[in-house]
Amino acid sequence: MSDTWTLYGATFNSRLLIGSALYPSPQVMSDAIAASGAEIITVGLRRQSPEEAGGQSLWTHIQKLNKTLLPNTAGCHSVKEAVTLAQMSREMFETDWIKLEVIGDDYNLQPDPIATVEAAEKLTGLGFKVFPYCTDDLVICQRLRDVGCEVLMPWGSPIGTGRGLMNPYNLQTIRERIPDMPLIVDAGIGKPSHAVMALELGYDGILLNTAVAQANEPVRMAEAFRHALLAGRSACLAGAMPERQTASPSTPTLGMPFWHQS
Amino acid sequence: MIDISVNNEPKCVEAEKPLAELLAEWGFECQRVAVAVNEDFVPRSSYGSVCLNAGDRIDVVAPVQGG
Repeated sequence: MSDTWTLYGATFNSRLLIGSALYPSPQVMSDAIAASGAEIITVGLRRQSPEEAGGQSLWTHIQKLNKTLLPNTAGCHSVKEAVTLAQMSREMFETDWIKLEVIGDDYNLQPDPIATVEAAEKLTGLGFKVFPYCTDDLVICQRLRDVGCEVLMPWGSPIGTGRGLMNPYNLQTIRERIPDMPLIVDAGIGKPSHAVMALELGYDGILLNTAVAQANEPVRMAEAFRHALLAGRSACLAGAMPERQTASPSTPTLGMPFWHQS
Repeated sequence: MIDISVNNEPKCVEAEKPLAELLAEWGFECQRVAVAVNEDFVPRSSYGSVCLNAGDRIDVVAPVQGG
């Protein structure tokens, strides 16, 4: 059964977006991304010296993967930095997709919600298709939608912590109040069970990097996430039973032997 | 000659040389890079016409792994 989803008019089968950083080697990166089934990978831009050959080696590896690229503005702390890096990315990677990150605090790498909205508005005005990394704040998500974002990416927990969904209630509220936009949990996913939980909440996809790249066996973990996303999505479509406060037996009570009316 | 910085390294260059020539001198010719001057994006199509001013800060970036 086909269960695709659409991001800015492009249709995908896999609900995993995966980062290309922190792997033990480029070969492990390639193998893990292939095992994950992901069709979208995130990339970045950094200062290079000529001796480093302008990122040619990485670029060769990335091109061989033949995936859709989602460049990021990681590390930017202001609207100006983020907009300029987005413009440089558009030229470099020949895509108008941009994962918008404007960091507000270096301790927990929390996005600056106000600057993120301002940058998103500028970028959509410049023709970018913005994937904003944001906090799990409903009103910020609504503002990002209002300035033209067609996808939202609230965090599960801070980048690289692997703590999963810190505030499922907030994430669920965003899903309920914004039912028709693709929602992706970005950051904080540490285990496949976290990804299952996000999709059970009705989220459309997951963006992760460290959980796979820093696993003891990244390729095996990538495969585990592939299964987790299928499980979570099926569970969402199937509809979970309501939680109950009290126990309720599964086996029929009628006909129970040894029972006597007292 | 004017003093500028390239990726936060000081450099002294001829003021009248266009960015395209300077990038080639610095070894970036034929490499996949993008450029900003004073945090403003400079499209590749402008490299031939843009000249620098004293104190300009040039950023030259290339693809890296990202999350």
